[in-house]
Amino acid sequence: MTPSLLAASAGPTSVSLKDVHVSFGRNHVLRGLTLDVAAGTTTCVIGPSGSGKSTALRVVNRLLEPTSGDVLLGGRSVLDDDPDRLRQHIGMVFQQFNLFPHRTVLDNVTLALRHLRGLGRDEAEQVALAQLDAVGLRHKASSRPGRLSGGQQQRVAIARALALQPRVMLFDEATSALDPELVKGVLSLMADLASGGMTMLVVTHEMGFAREVADDVAFLDEGVVVEHGRPAALFGDPQTERLRRFLSRVL
Amino acid sequence: MDTLRTVWETFFDASAMREALPDMLTIGLRNTLVLALASAALGTGLGLVLATAGLARTRWLRWPARLYTDVFRGLPVAVTILLVGVGLAPVGLALWGPNPYPLGILALGLVAAAYMGEIFRSGIQSVEGGQLEASRALGFSHWQAMRLVIVPQGVRRVLPAWVNQLIALVKDSSLVYFLGLLASQRELFRIGQDYAANTGNASALVLAGLVYLAITVPLTHVVNAVDRRLREGRPTDGAPEDADLDPYPSSPLTAAATGAAR
Repeated sequence: MTPSLLAASAGPTSVSLKDVHVSFGRNHVLRGLTLDVAAGTTTCVIGPSGSGKSTALRVVNRLLEPTSGDVLLGGRSVLDDDPDRLRQHIGMVFQQFNLFPHRTVLDNVTLALRHLRGLGRDEAEQVALAQLDAVGLRHKASSRPGRLSGGQQQRVAIARALALQPRVMLFDEATSALDPELVKGVLSLMADLASGGMTMLVVTHEMGFAREVADDVAFLDEGVVVEHGRPAALFGDPQTERLRRFLSRVL
Repeated sequence: MDTLRTVWETFFDASAMREALPDMLTIGLRNTLVLALASAALGTGLGLVLATAGLARTRWLRWPARLYTDVFRGLPVAVTILLVGVGLAPVGLALWGPNPYPLGILALGLVAAAYMGEIFRSGIQSVEGGQLEASRALGFSHWQAMRLVIVPQGVRRVLPAWVNQLIALVKDSSLVYFLGLLASQRELFRIGQDYAANTGNASALVLAGLVYLAITVPLTHVVNAVDRRLREGRPTDGAPEDADLDPYPSSPLTAAATGAAR
């Protein structure tokens, strides 16, 4: 890693959503959502579809602006920050990978380094290759994303996000679009990242991952956190009927 | 038989064609290509601006783009060429003297921009929303995302339609003769027409037509080839070379992945 990159990153940080409301017209998606992720920990967000999980994730990096409430990074509100600058410190991984198909795997990773961090081509490629190496795909650097399997594409997407040395990583159903046999590789990478001390907010349907890897699990329904706690407690002894019903359906 | 022979010679008189050929190739072909390529460059640049303006979130960009497109697509090319060429002639005279080419190129380019703008807009709109979202999530501004990610993909998808527009420009370039051309400024059509008028024999016009075809027919095949490559070149779903011969190791922890995060 280059010194300039290290200087740009202050390490993993805590994330908090405070009483966040989000409405699209009459559709009230988040209704006072409060969630705290301590620095260096992983919180898995589970819940039925339409419960606001993905919306909550997008409020953190302000792809969606909250109608009311606050978003804090390291204890400081980010709602007055420049959103583009904020997003450079928050990595995000999507269900559909969203790699840039017209560029090589390497270019996918270097694009932001060059245009946002101002790195020269050589320097950016060095960083990118190291990052691709870390996800086991250095040998695919010159391929187009379309030539990779879904699992490989998602690992490239993770490398692309990590290259900017984010202080938080957001995962939006990162394995939902993958063939079953490819899910494990991506989850392993995410688990490694979690145990490496990254702050992670993970929207997932993989209950096994939530149970094994998460420090905390939040159960969302109808735009609020219904239950929140250690995975063992949450899965072993659900307190609400809503969570019990949800778990009985997915487990 | 004599009638047939006369008809044949009216259109395919080899000596008339031979006579027109040198001018056709040295003057006409060159000028046609200059007109077509210069207006294509102008139309492409302005078309990209129109496309992005047409997709902007503010109506103060969208509406002018819409109006421009409606006007220049709605007018006959001949009208636009005359309006621009005659209307702006005094300006042109002051800027570069009595040369109708810049104004002809301008008029052709303005019309082409309206069409190309619509072509690019449809291409850009066809790019999945996730591409913009992923770009913004990385920290790119809206315009950076458009320039680096969205527009290049959108434009690639509509290359065949863009080449079609290029073909239209090659043909429409014949209309600048309205503006009055010096002998050395004549393009293919005008040279053919001059020879035809002087000799009362259409063979030179047929020759001009053949030269047009020599440009446009290969271009249509380029369109088809590009189109095929765009469709078939796209990798089929779920069939990468080596589905997962290099799975990510389940453990031990990859130091670099986590180290990079700190």
